[in-house]
Amino acid sequence: MTRIDWNDYHCDAHYDELLARAGVPRNASKALCDYLASLDASELAERKTAAEAAIRTMGITFTVYSEGTMIDRAWPFDIVPRIIPAAEWRRTEAGLKQRVEALNLFIDDLYHDQRIIKDGVFPAEVLAQSVNFRPQCIGIDPPHRVWAHICGSDLVRDGDGTLYVLEDNLRVPSGVSYMLENRNVTKRVLPELFATGRILPVDDYAAQLYDMLASMSPRPQDEPQVVVLTPGIYNSAYYEHAYLAQQMGVELVQGDDLMVDDDDVVYMRTVSGPTRVDVIYRRIDDLFLDPEAFNPDSMLGVPGLMRAWRAGKVALANAPGAGVADDKVVYAFVPQIIDYYLDAEPILPNVPSYLCMFDDQRDYVLDHLDELVVKPANESGGYGMLIGPRSTAEERALFAERIKADPRNYIAQPTLNLSTTPTLCSDVEVKPRHVDLRPFILSGAEIHVTTGGLTRVALVEGSLVVNSSQGGGSKDTWIVETEEND
Amino acid sequence: MGMLSRVAENLYWVARYLERAEDTARLVNVNTHLLLDFPQAANLGWATLIEITGSLDSFNERYDEFSERNVLAFLCTDRSYSSSLLSSLAAARENLRTTRDIVPREIWEQVNSLYMEAVAHASSSLALARREEFLKRIIRGCQTVTGLFEGTLSRTQAFTFVELGRQLERADMTTRIVDVRSGNLLPRNPEELTPFENLQWMSVLKSLTGYQMYRQQVRLRVRGPDVLEFLLKEPTFPRAVAYCLDSISDNLRTLPRYDRPLAASTLVRAEVAEADVRSLARSPDDLRLAIDKLQIGFNTLHDSIAATYFSRDLASAPPHQSQSQTQRDDMLDED
Repeated sequence: MTRIDWNDYHCDAHYDELLARAGVPRNASKALCDYLASLDASELAERKTAAEAAIRTMGITFTVYSEGTMIDRAWPFDIVPRIIPAAEWRRTEAGLKQRVEALNLFIDDLYHDQRIIKDGVFPAEVLAQSVNFRPQCIGIDPPHRVWAHICGSDLVRDGDGTLYVLEDNLRVPSGVSYMLENRNVTKRVLPELFATGRILPVDDYAAQLYDMLASMSPRPQDEPQVVVLTPGIYNSAYYEHAYLAQQMGVELVQGDDLMVDDDDVVYMRTVSGPTRVDVIYRRIDDLFLDPEAFNPDSMLGVPGLMRAWRAGKVALANAPGAGVADDKVVYAFVPQIIDYYLDAEPILPNVPSYLCMFDDQRDYVLDHLDELVVKPANESGGYGMLIGPRSTAEERALFAERIKADPRNYIAQPTLNLSTTPTLCSDVEVKPRHVDLRPFILSGAEIHVTTGGLTRVALVEGSLVVNSSQGGGSKDTWIVETEEND
Repeated sequence: MGMLSRVAENLYWVARYLERAEDTARLVNVNTHLLLDFPQAANLGWATLIEITGSLDSFNERYDEFSERNVLAFLCTDRSYSSSLLSSLAAARENLRTTRDIVPREIWEQVNSLYMEAVAHASSSLALARREEFLKRIIRGCQTVTGLFEGTLSRTQAFTFVELGRQLERADMTTRIVDVRSGNLLPRNPEELTPFENLQWMSVLKSLTGYQMYRQQVRLRVRGPDVLEFLLKEPTFPRAVAYCLDSISDNLRTLPRYDRPLAASTLVRAEVAEADVRSLARSPDDLRLAIDKLQIGFNTLHDSIAATYFSRDLASAPPHQSQSQTQRDDMLDED
């Protein structure tokens, strides 16, 4: 192959993000596709090598921890950006704001009057069996009455072009640092395309994050002491923790850097002695946060942290207990939740979901296991799923047993025909690969959505798994202004 | 606000371990040279190094005789001995790993490649013919890191703790290298000593890269008391104990809450000032006692720094063990 010929790009089996069909780029992607086709194979290979070199030089890594060894891997990145027209993005952004606003009202309600249950909109038994509901949080009023300050929602596009919300990560969503770094790398390797001025810049996320965190300080009159709390260097996302702390200019702390005194104030141990901490952006799961309140064996957390938070002496982002809404059964209720709290139609659709807790829906799921994707309510990262069309009879039998034993814990969805986007594969050939998108939503006094998000791509042909720990990669995401709707 | 205690402690140990690796190389080098001039004492001569490094028990647990081969393996390549050259480099690297957001990336890269190089070549490079070349490479590699700290790290508290660690370890190791000379192998009778004495002190000076500075500053032929005076008390020679302690005191004064560590530093500095080099040079036993006393002073100083700034227990065990608990966080393997 010498140059890319888009007529040879076979994308007709799926909705493709950049091309309407082989040889025909969408409006927003035309400039990019033409530009890529103008490069010969050696030039393309050069850009790809330059991107890899930039990633090494910039030290962009993620950590894989396996069999007792820690490996820092270079961030897998594809130079061909994924493009979304600005008009579509504005609609998506509004939908994400609506969704996160409703979810925060929902969480706040669950820890207060539980009106949504009393009014019969949300079933009490779902809450009763929620593994992420924290009774320790009942009655607490976090700043701005917001629980999930940082949310990462995963969006996927089906065969007909509809963008669906696949899940909302409300606990410790990660990836935003890679979104920012992907843009930095792309500016280095494809600078010519930015000159057109139609690619919207990615926001100053670190500054927005800092402002949002600072606004939560229990001592608003003083300059707040904000810290990022990391489980440590062996965590897969340590790079991101360090990156965000650096970009915000705050300390990156571990559990044993912090202590809670009898006055319920959180202090960090410094060479000047204990220094008061006001806001903690914690990247540790609830259950590891405070050995006094949760898992007594946790060495990652800070004894007494929940006590300090309940006393209002320190702000935590995300608030403990926010994960109650990060549950695939709750997910299925989001349209009703939006309707209940905001009296509005959801702007962004959910993937249709069957709840195994309801007899009729469970019967349907059990009869159609070979067509559906079955997901446990509280697992994430693609663990513990059954992908019906690719499963064996044995696997289906096993899942049928699991569903019958614990129906509350399972939902099922039709298999989506995930969209693809051109991806530069190892032989410097562009091929369609499946992608998703994770925008990040910051909620404080107001709500901000990143411009675009992190596009993750399944680098293996036909694969739907985009997780970087399982062979996924990522791309820069361009929101592009177009004259007409695409 | 002061820097995080954990980070301060890590940087302090990075510098100590690097200096320990460098000075272990110097120690082995000086002993090699001494024994070349004094071959009849070869076997006893290696036992001395074990005594000097205060590692007799650890050595006896692992080896049954003080052969050259065993001692070199123990001091240089034995990963089960926490102060061996390789263990020191490994510990410096691990401590730096947890603080690599604080220091320029080049420092991490240099420490990392120094460690890799040492691991690749250590075992095959301890034969006499290749030993000096290898040890010099280690010394130069460590000094490159010192130069990177000096040339690229802002003069904040991070730099102060690097300095504290380096200077304290250097003071300690300089006394140990001086102690090689007083090892039991050397004749007790001063008359008998004379033919070798100058050569031996010259070796000690050279192993500390101090021969030329000594000649420029002392302007006398190399003699025991003068060398001892120079290595203990010379305030301008950067590997002299007095210089290191002065630097520690200066650095401490830039930190908050320095009263106790500064007092400890001042006390041991006074002992150096009061040492009677003339009588010490004549009596290896007295010298050894005096050096033991100084080393106790260094330990007290370390404990005081640790108690004041690192706010953990007084055990000098460095925090380079790995975290035993991991967690599945976020998209990379969770969300």
